[in-house]
Amino acid sequence: MKKTHIIALALIAISIGVLISFMGSVTTYETIESAKAKPGRYVNLIAKLDKSKPFEYDPATNPNLLQFTAIDTLGNSIPVIYHNAKPTDMEKSERIVLKGRVKDGAFECEDILLKCPSKYKDDISANAQNVKTQMSDTTSSY
Amino acid sequence: MEYNGEHLLPGQIGEWLILISLTASLTATLSYFFASKKSESAHADGWIKMGRWSYAAVCCSVLGVFSLLVFIIANHYHEYYYAWNHSSINLQPQYLLASLWEGQEGSFLLWNFWNCVLGFLLIRKAGKWEATTMTVISFCQFFIATMLIGIYFFGYKVGGNPFILFREQMPDMPLFNNPDYLQLARIKEGNDLNVLLQNYWMVIHPPVLFLGFASTIVPFAFAYGGLITKDHSWTTKSLSWTLFSGAALGTGIMMGAAWAYESLNFGGYWAWDPVENASLVPWLILVAGLHTNLIYKHSGYSLRTTYIFYILSFSLVLYSTFLTRSGVLGDTSVHAFTGADMTVQLLCFFGAFLIPALVLFFINRKNIPTIHKEESSYSREFWMFIGALVLFLSGIIITAKTSVPVYNLVFGTNVALPEDPVFAHNQVQIFIAIIIGVLTAITQYLKYKDTPRNQFAKKIMLPTVIALVISVCISIFGNVSYTEKGAGFLGAIYVALFASVYAIIANAGYIFTGLKGKVKTSGASVAHVGFGMVLLGIILSSAGKAVLSQNTTGIALFEKSKNEDPAENITLFKGLRTDMNTYHVTYQGDSTNTYDRKKYFELLFEPKDGSKSFFIYPDVLANNKGQEGFSANPDKEHFWNNDIFVYTSSFQQGTSNDTIQYRPITLQAGDTSFYSNGMIILNKSDLNPPDMQARLAPGALAVQLDITVISKEGSKYAVKPAIILKDSTLDIIPDTVLSQSMVLKFNRIVDEQKGILEIGIKEDRRMNDIVTLKVYAFPFINVLWIGIVIMIIGFVMSMYRRIQNMKLRAV
Repeated sequence: MKKTHIIALALIAISIGVLISFMGSVTTYETIESAKAKPGRYVNLIAKLDKSKPFEYDPATNPNLLQFTAIDTLGNSIPVIYHNAKPTDMEKSERIVLKGRVKDGAFECEDILLKCPSKYKDDISANAQNVKTQMSDTTSSY
Repeated sequence: MEYNGEHLLPGQIGEWLILISLTASLTATLSYFFASKKSESAHADGWIKMGRWSYAAVCCSVLGVFSLLVFIIANHYHEYYYAWNHSSINLQPQYLLASLWEGQEGSFLLWNFWNCVLGFLLIRKAGKWEATTMTVISFCQFFIATMLIGIYFFGYKVGGNPFILFREQMPDMPLFNNPDYLQLARIKEGNDLNVLLQNYWMVIHPPVLFLGFASTIVPFAFAYGGLITKDHSWTTKSLSWTLFSGAALGTGIMMGAAWAYESLNFGGYWAWDPVENASLVPWLILVAGLHTNLIYKHSGYSLRTTYIFYILSFSLVLYSTFLTRSGVLGDTSVHAFTGADMTVQLLCFFGAFLIPALVLFFINRKNIPTIHKEESSYSREFWMFIGALVLFLSGIIITAKTSVPVYNLVFGTNVALPEDPVFAHNQVQIFIAIIIGVLTAITQYLKYKDTPRNQFAKKIMLPTVIALVISVCISIFGNVSYTEKGAGFLGAIYVALFASVYAIIANAGYIFTGLKGKVKTSGASVAHVGFGMVLLGIILSSAGKAVLSQNTTGIALFEKSKNEDPAENITLFKGLRTDMNTYHVTYQGDSTNTYDRKKYFELLFEPKDGSKSFFIYPDVLANNKGQEGFSANPDKEHFWNNDIFVYTSSFQQGTSNDTIQYRPITLQAGDTSFYSNGMIILNKSDLNPPDMQARLAPGALAVQLDITVISKEGSKYAVKPAIILKDSTLDIIPDTVLSQSMVLKFNRIVDEQKGILEIGIKEDRRMNDIVTLKVYAFPFINVLWIGIVIMIIGFVMSMYRRIQNMKLRAV
């Protein structure tokens, strides 16, 4: 066996090891209920903003504190605490992915991903929606 | 119904041209394929001629489609959905091109365009490889054309037509009952270009990146030719093309990084985003292929690997096209396109190139010559091969990690990226950087076949010592102490620092010691110096990246966790000089620019060490496309050794109308009262206090209150409202606590005997203009940008030399 083959095999073995350890570190998507069952575990929640509950963000008092309530498709909800600036468009998002941990019944969020209607994409139905709302709402302007 | 003011002709011509390009590219593919099957040139000539004519038809129609779409967008013909959806009448002219490639269809068109250019060059330059390479290029053109036809084929929608009319796209909308719908403001105005893309990099980055993507097909096409004809001499011709592709793709990727750094606020130039990874991986594998190609040319080894790498490089471009355009990435990417139901079509595109190429390779692998004798460990080819293999594996690891959403799709699993996806990449890639850095440094000092031991040791000694000294100095004095991920990772950073300095020094030295300063042949060394600088710039700027905008209230809002630093945003009140790290920052004002529709914040940075103060102007742009809110564009101040990088994470416009009333409270000295965010203590009242006496007119009487405001965060503020009595007029002097958005005034004396006073409190959150900032320092980021430029220069130098060599051989 040639030296190059031995080194190649060793490198490939290392790469496989790296990928296996990576697969060990991946996290999971959870519903609010299943996330509550695993307090302290880092999870990804797919939810949306509960617009009936207060949405607190006041940069004058504390620019690094955002509190709101998330609700998922199964109807469960959980208060969320996010120690960072409010992502732009948060209120407009139709779906949010929250990354963090459940702690004392609240979700300590470390990162928020927004799924907005038609951001940087050709989402036709969302665009149609936009056109309709803006057509009917003549007062809206910017 | 008759509609008024529509321009239907350009679209009709455009649709015809797309069909022509589709059929002509199929004809070209078949003609060239038959030509490549004929062993005698006399039989092939007819087919080649037909291929060329068909290809000319493809090029003309693609150019036509391109021009028509530009024409439609430039004239704001918003009856076309593409023009309406991606541009607006207010858009600055330079962004009209960016509108063209904002959507799927336009960016495919761009790819189409570059393929035309590449095909044209191949017809002129490829010689006996024309038939095989052009089969591949035409086939690719065919697939891209299918992305643009937008017709239903057995109930499955194939591609998206850029010329579709608005009323065809959304036929159910009631506004199309109006024959003058084009006059409606919302239609006339246009949906606009996404604000994130309104940046000059977006005009130039996509064309260069797509040139890079498109050009990876050329080495693939040569490899295909080699497999079909069992003639491996293409490896000479392919070198200059691969170098070109490496330069173009490398430039495109780093322009994307510059764009991210300039205008996206994910706080840096690289975030291991799937879209970034998807363009980096083909480059890594292309560069690996470039090196094995060189090995084969000089020593006869590694031909099979070259085939594999070239096949995979282009295939991974197609795979990344699938990843970024099918919508499969979903949650994991900031800026992926989402699918217009093209998943299957994109997978076919990927499979149609990868599978036949791999099948051909495995059928022919016995015909591909290999050398069974073992390489010497003191030969250049041995270490170059190891380096190429490491680059390749690095690409595979990145791809595997990026493909997590694909596993979910295929296996129905439910996994997401790890807690810290960036570190998951960094902790592996830093070791790749170390290996590649060291190999880049030493390999040039080795000769092909074998190197005399003592000669090698003698030559490599000096650069090794210099690099060691420099990197130790940087490690100690360069403020490189990234302890967040533990001592092990910091150790790896130090080693990587050495490896990158080593690559720079050794290759720069080699230009003089090995090549005797001959510029003509030094392309590879120059590229390697640039590559070393890129590594060094990445390490210095990432390891030393610091958040300057720490919340200065001194209160930890939450426990510092492994990933999240508390309080990385600072809030500035207009006009209030605020302490921030090594600076005093003042938000001086803002201005709105009607030309580019941005709102700029004027921030004065005064360094505490007394050096020159400067302004930074981050801006925000109102979102469009039905989005509320604003997009923030960062701004930065460049220093030779540091970049101060600022973006606004939020802002609040103060209101001028003063409708809120003062809330009266009565207090005695020593009493405490509350406000919404803390408490107020009246310490004492002073009659004619010394600091007011200068302002007092003769005979006037001043009463000043000494109040302490303590916010619940623990900050204390001294407030001194006053009244001045002169004759019978009462002058009230309120005092404010800006950061608490509070005004206090002294109303009156309620009971002189008991010392009961009345004060008024007004709290108004909207009182001030407020801006919340995130501020980073990126040290030595210029090393990265300069490194890229040098690397690309090296690529171009090598390419020039290869082309010259071929010309000489031809003579």
